Amino acid sequence: MNILVFAEVRDGKLKRSSLGTLSEAVRLAQPLGSKVGVALVGEGIKGQAETLGKYGAAQVFAVESPRLKYYAPEAVAKAVVAAHQRLGSGAILMAATAMGRDLAGGVAALLGTGAATDCTGVTISGGKVQARRPVYSGKAYATVAFKKAPAVLSLRPNVFPAREVGGSATVEDLAVAFEDADFRSAVKDVAATAQGKVELTEASVIVSGGRGLQSPDNFKLRDDLAAVLGAAVGASRAVVDNGWRPHSEQVGQTGKTVAPNLYIAIGISGAIQHLAGMRTSKVIVAINKDADAPIFKAATYGIVGDAMEIVPALTQTLKKVLAS
Amino acid sequence: MNLAVCLKRVPDTTTKVKIGSDGKSIDPQGVEWAISPYDELAIELALRLKEKAGGETVGVTVDPDGNDVALRKALAIGLDKGLLIKGGTTFDGWATAQVLAAALKGRPFDVILFGKQAIDDDGFQVPTMVAQILGLPRVNVCTSFEVDGAKAKCKRQIEGGEELIEVSLPCVISVQKGVNGIHDKRFPSMKGIMAAKSKPVETVAGAAVESSMEVVKLEMPPERPPGKIVGKGVEAVPELVRLLKEEAKLL
Repeated sequence: MNILVFAEVRDGKLKRSSLGTLSEAVRLAQPLGSKVGVALVGEGIKGQAETLGKYGAAQVFAVESPRLKYYAPEAVAKAVVAAHQRLGSGAILMAATAMGRDLAGGVAALLGTGAATDCTGVTISGGKVQARRPVYSGKAYATVAFKKAPAVLSLRPNVFPAREVGGSATVEDLAVAFEDADFRSAVKDVAATAQGKVELTEASVIVSGGRGLQSPDNFKLRDDLAAVLGAAVGASRAVVDNGWRPHSEQVGQTGKTVAPNLYIAIGISGAIQHLAGMRTSKVIVAINKDADAPIFKAATYGIVGDAMEIVPALTQTLKKVLAS
Repeated sequence: MNLAVCLKRVPDTTTKVKIGSDGKSIDPQGVEWAISPYDELAIELALRLKEKAGGETVGVTVDPDGNDVALRKALAIGLDKGLLIKGGTTFDGWATAQVLAAALKGRPFDVILFGKQAIDDDGFQVPTMVAQILGLPRVNVCTSFEVDGAKAKCKRQIEGGEELIEVSLPCVISVQKGVNGIHDKRFPSMKGIMAAKSKPVETVAGAAVESSMEVVKLEMPPERPPGKIVGKGVEAVPELVRLLKEEAKLL
């Protein structure tokens, strides 16, 4: 069963999560003896084909158009479907980024099937595709089986590591006949917010703060620690609800679901909604003054005590260790 | 302006999920049902759009059991009418989207609103699919939605920024928390609860559709390996850093 991967390019760069998705496709294709193709869609994107080859793509289908400078949902979906038809793929994979989550539904609808989104595991056996994915915001995991082909899946970022295997891809230009209707939801412009900050869902280290930080001003302690670690910053629902922090920082069931290598929870008690959003982090550090707080049940390492004293000490110690 | 708000009945966020005896769904016993939180923000946005431009707001729900609890809550909050579609399949976005689109087709809505995701199957696809089937533009994860004549100016949240999109009406949007400054749902007033009882709810049978996937297993997340309390207070910091470096090999 050939597998097609959609490669996302933003600001001239291939998304790391797309390479992780490609690596997973290569892993799935190997025992099947099948081919991995990549749909590369946008403006000025063909230069990425070399990298895609290094990560195991056999074939790259390039759809270039000046109208695709920004994301145009319907047009990109049409291009992915064109590449799928060219490759004859049984599964179409993409990373579950903002774009991938939007695109998966569009591609699936064009093909008259459903999409399994945010998958954390994929198996292909006997021509059948199954996916494991968190549901109820990570409180449970569902294994779903596709009843129709092709299977359309988006894979959760940070779960599938990108592996260079060496190789090169053949590049084929695909001509797709776009119509104006394919640009009915097209993006006109992109405004950067919070420039320079690391995006939560893609971060490998996250430092989150909760009510234990006592006041909005004290979030500077969280930010200082994050700066030392090059981490993204998160927050609990409690401090978002009371207006201390913006919703874009919220981790949990009604915020973002994250899976970094290291998650540091400062003054967060660990309500079930919060745990749902971060419990798949590889290492969890909890700092909380209440030794009975539920966060300690999820934590790899915990320190019981006042976050206001411990966090600055941790920042200083890490600064020294990382400098040495 | 005619506004449809698609909303879903989900377990309240405080629910402790237990796996049912079939191993494929949750045990419904003791589950408090609520409107999915992002759908509640879509309701609020629809009410505000109506307050500005007039028109009618209709709550729309697809429920395999024909359960109208979410719809009744939405009417109590302030939507004018309900459309209850008996049908669909849980965890199959394509089936749900086809049922919804079939029921919405031909009804004169200017905006069809959704929450950005339902917090049960977290599927992120039904709004897109409904738009695709109906041939309408869509904007997912909307943080701003301003109607300007026959068009709407939208902002959509992406990693580290926002996309700016202009679409023609009618359109489909799915909303993020904070859309047009809306962070909280509106609670029903006593008057609203009384009025909801006499608001019309149209019940229709869902279109027969093909399903695209099935749940073969539902299980609890893997247990985290037991952690350890490194110590108390500032004195524990050097040991924590040592563990992060030598045991977890993270630094």
